[in-house]
Amino acid sequence: MREMISMIVVLTALTAVSGGLLAGIKSGTENRIEEQIFKFQLAPAMNDIFGEVENEPAKEQFQIEYEGMIYKFYPAKLEDGSTAVAFETKGKGGYGGDVGLMVGINIDNDQIVAARVTTHSETPGLGARAKDDPEFVTQFTDKSMDNNLNLKKNGGEIDAMSGATITSTAVSLAAVQAQNLYKKLKPEILKQIK
Amino acid sequence: MAQSLAKEFTKGLWAEIPPFRLVLGLCPTLAVTKSVENGIGMGVATTFVLVFANLLVSLLRNVIPSKVRIACYVVIIATFVTIVELVMQAYTYELFLKLGIFIPLIVVNCIVLGRAEAFASKNGPVLSIADGLGIGIGFTLSLAALGAVREIIGAGTITIWGGTPVFEMVNIFPGYNPFAFMVEAPGAFIALGLMLAAMNLIGSK
Repeated sequence: MREMISMIVVLTALTAVSGGLLAGIKSGTENRIEEQIFKFQLAPAMNDIFGEVENEPAKEQFQIEYEGMIYKFYPAKLEDGSTAVAFETKGKGGYGGDVGLMVGINIDNDQIVAARVTTHSETPGLGARAKDDPEFVTQFTDKSMDNNLNLKKNGGEIDAMSGATITSTAVSLAAVQAQNLYKKLKPEILKQIK
Repeated sequence: MAQSLAKEFTKGLWAEIPPFRLVLGLCPTLAVTKSVENGIGMGVATTFVLVFANLLVSLLRNVIPSKVRIACYVVIIATFVTIVELVMQAYTYELFLKLGIFIPLIVVNCIVLGRAEAFASKNGPVLSIADGLGIGIGFTLSLAALGAVREIIGAGTITIWGGTPVFEMVNIFPGYNPFAFMVEAPGAFIALGLMLAAMNLIGSK
């Protein structure tokens, strides 16, 4: 009996201390981790998508909550004078979990400026090509909100990467999700940008 | 005391160097040693976990009931691994991207649990730190060596922390063509096997 109590007490105390410690460290590093993800994933993706911009998207970012998820939007003034917005969606069902896709959409003509893969855990050399080699995601460039961005085998107009159908599906799902989100939230986005 | 301290520390560097002598912890050894940089990063992360897990297990060795000791060790180890993971994400995000899934997998690295069970649970904190540090540095050196072999043959260069390569194969053998097989998974097995054989050859003399 005494042994049992000591087992329970020790394990409970140990897990409680460990949980408390980790919660502390997590809240201490949270902001920095978010900054790092922005710096190493989102910012380069945005740079690829928009090229030179005349404002600072990171400073003008705003959030919109939709169906329980908070999305961050980065407004950009393009060199040709039009306004665009970039945001990230997560495509479900990649080989190693969700695949993040940053999509830039030109608000003036509702066309996709470009898209880039951000956070992912796909297989190097196969699925990871979606990020390393932008050839696949350039298919999204200049598509309008009415194009079907599913893979061709699912009735859409996007060619899958050979040898990486699952990743391609996840990325195209993220793109479709971005279209839907933009269509639903456009009034709100316009309000926020001004 | 000082003598046994030195002994516990140095045994990890040669006599019990983890991947080659104990042949433990092969999962990260094979998977992340595509380059020297990855090897060192993985080794340092593992060393941190080893030292602190050893210290805590050793301090608590008389408190932890023997029936739940493995569960307690796993909680302690997992805590430090999560700390490493968070800190790496916050401060060395690029390295974190390269090591990816293998950082959380340190939890199930047999070297860490093995040292807690075989050494730290029977010895005092100072000796346990020396043991963890020795084994950890041995592991780091092994990963760096294996990473160097694979990177030199497979990529033809050695690059540490971005920037320009510190070593280029073409400077020694003009017209050297990288043998990319060595940076792929099968190359890891072959490089590890050859290095094991070489170490046994040296050790048997």
